[in-house]
Amino acid sequence: MSPETSTATTAGFRHFHDQLSSLKEQLLGMSSKAEERTDIAVDALLTRDRDKANLVIAGDADLNRLEVEVEQAAVELLALQQPMARDLRFIIGAIKVSNDLERVGDHAVNIAESAIRLAEKPKINIRIPEIEVMARRARKMLSDSLDAFIRADGALGRKVCRDDDVVDSLHDSVFRVLLTHMMADPKTITPSLELLLVGRNLERIADLATNIGEDAVYLAEGKQIKHHQEG
Amino acid sequence: MTAVAPAATRPDTNRVGTIEARDFSFWYGKKQALKQISMAVPPASVTALIGPSGCGKSTFLRSINRLNDLIPGIRHEGDLSLDGKSVYDASLDVVALRQRIGMVFQRWNPFPKSIYENVAYGPRINGVSDSDSVDDIVERSLRRAAIWDEVKDRLRTSALGLSGGQQQRVCIARALANQPEVLLLDEPASALDPSSTQKIEELVYELKQELTIIIVTHNLQQAARASDHTAFFYSGELVEFGPTDQIFTRPREERTDAYITGRFG
Repeated sequence: MSPETSTATTAGFRHFHDQLSSLKEQLLGMSSKAEERTDIAVDALLTRDRDKANLVIAGDADLNRLEVEVEQAAVELLALQQPMARDLRFIIGAIKVSNDLERVGDHAVNIAESAIRLAEKPKINIRIPEIEVMARRARKMLSDSLDAFIRADGALGRKVCRDDDVVDSLHDSVFRVLLTHMMADPKTITPSLELLLVGRNLERIADLATNIGEDAVYLAEGKQIKHHQEG
Repeated sequence: MTAVAPAATRPDTNRVGTIEARDFSFWYGKKQALKQISMAVPPASVTALIGPSGCGKSTFLRSINRLNDLIPGIRHEGDLSLDGKSVYDASLDVVALRQRIGMVFQRWNPFPKSIYENVAYGPRINGVSDSDSVDDIVERSLRRAAIWDEVKDRLRTSALGLSGGQQQRVCIARALANQPEVLLLDEPASALDPSSTQKIEELVYELKQELTIIIVTHNLQQAARASDHTAFFYSGELVEFGPTDQIFTRPREERTDAYITGRFG
């Protein structure tokens, strides 16, 4: 037996689904801004471009506003539509995802601030390719996690969670490389500390993407995998 | 299809008010209304039966106290038991069964008598004649139905003069006067305003400490608020049965999810 499509689909039901679609659009909008901010912040860091870094800092208010808008829309849907099951899990997830994306924006701002401080100091030749790889990976995790959430794709959500291990080990490498520089040449201590902060912020962005991946699994499968609760 | 409450909530068969269906099927003439329903309703708790119109939930409810017996051309297979004993046992007295399993309907149906007489009716026909005892039963039942304070000064006036919500609670008091183990509620609040509905739901919450309550409702929010377990029926099948919080947040069956999110039915 397969569920019949209701012939009595009401206007209210369509309205609710239009609102759910618009909530998805809002999340996608937030996500593309968060990814873009991360890109620009890392680019500003690598190219010592203060203007770009300032752009990231100025743009943060945008993400903050979008977070509040998503939360308001979600609370309204909860109160007025009293959603259940998959719809309930989506709306609760949307609130959490928007909060995570707003924090991604905060980490991009932190990276931009490091970029400005580094640009103000004489250039020191430290090459940390791991930072670029971390940035690329964290950004990919972010976009995968949003895809997983929007499409309710549990397998992709789990992949994002696994990818976090790679970013964590890159973060460890960044720490070791910078430590070596600092021990070898004390002049590198200040820029190295900034780069450590950048690594830490990228690692946090990957963690936030992991949270979104976990929310995608809960949305898709109703299973809680946070804190190794699966089973 | 077989569904039972999860292990932690499996009925304690020592407790009274345990209802269990085993491969229970039911036909109205040639039309099969229930298909091999197996479920164990935990005692002293509220179980909600949900599903679209014609899914079999009311048939299942009315099979428990054999109210369907009154319809010509019906037959059943499998079994339904109360406290381990088949309700279809040939030696069972159906009237006694219906004393143990009270029922309240969508449309309140008090007798055209006084509030007192409505509640006293059951105990009297069951042989309680001492007027003090009848008084006690009436007061206790009206208190348990959370309507005593509203009617204690007008017990001798017609029950039909009360509001719909009050009449429904008098009907619940009338069912409780027989000291049932199980209370079947068929859409008990669907014709009531939100405030009366809330009173019925609070009453259900109070009564479940002592009774097994099975409630048929089309109001999913009511099922979510008022029940401990929920059974989803579709086309005569029991699709899913589980703790209410799980059914309404993480249903296991795609069909349950589709129904409670309004995608079909």
